[in-house]
Amino acid sequence: MSPVTDFSAVAEGDELPPLTLRVTRADLVRYAGASGDFNPIHWNDRTADAVGLPGVIAHGMLTMALAGRFVTGWVGDPAAVRSYGVRFTRPVVVPDDDEGATLELSGKVKALTEADGVRIARIDIVAKFDGRTVLGRAAAEIALPG
Amino acid sequence: MPDESWVGRSLDPSDPYQVSRVKIREFATAIGEDSRICHEVDAARAAGHPDVVAPPTFAATITMPLIEAFLREPAFGWDYSRMVHGDQSITLHRPIRAGDELVTVIHVDDLSTRAGSHMLTLRCELTDADGADVASTKAMLVTQAAP
Repeated sequence: MSPVTDFSAVAEGDELPPLTLRVTRADLVRYAGASGDFNPIHWNDRTADAVGLPGVIAHGMLTMALAGRFVTGWVGDPAAVRSYGVRFTRPVVVPDDDEGATLELSGKVKALTEADGVRIARIDIVAKFDGRTVLGRAAAEIALPG
Repeated sequence: MPDESWVGRSLDPSDPYQVSRVKIREFATAIGEDSRICHEVDAARAAGHPDVVAPPTFAATITMPLIEAFLREPAFGWDYSRMVHGDQSITLHRPIRAGDELVTVIHVDDLSTRAGSHMLTLRCELTDADGADVASTKAMLVTQAAP
């Protein structure tokens, strides 16, 4: 996804270009190592089964990070985020195959404000897995360039 | 049964967490963030940062092990094995970057029980070596009632 270059034209109601991502078991293992979250429900089928999950699930924080990357990719700057919050409403089940789980991300400019000469966009994010939302009240406030 | 007398209390400040370039790159790679300012010092400096910049949710990788250590203390009475993450928010006063030494203070903001499930809200305040506020994270954690 190439970043938007002219942000002066961004308006409330604008939609971000949607992004579809695959999340595989290898991604979960990589995220476990990078984040230090080695909870076995994110890599071990026996544990996931024992605690009543439908399968190994993605770290909520990985889903949150991917949805955050969707927004920072649009703005072209991972340092632009002022605040970001989500509710984890449904698990993302990641099967042990080459396809993994498919995450569909979309977003909209919900509000534009200005603080100290910087334009702040509030982006409402929708993250779907299997056609159902997995993040609730997902929103990020980002500083728009220039 | 978690100990409700903890609500309103805060824990002792953590040891400083040293943010490294390697860890930022590793984290950025794990979430597919290929922005050069997360990977290359020169690119980060050209963009006005002193060093490579961490993606926004990196803050939680600093705080989660501290939260886990607290919740595994038997004195608090939390069933870690049945825990799920309810929600998470992160406020960044500035980006976290390599070279930062960040001290975290965990605040127990809220604890409630509904239908046998316990809901705990922990807020983490991260400050740098100068004592300046860097980030604030808030996690709502739930232990579900045993089936």
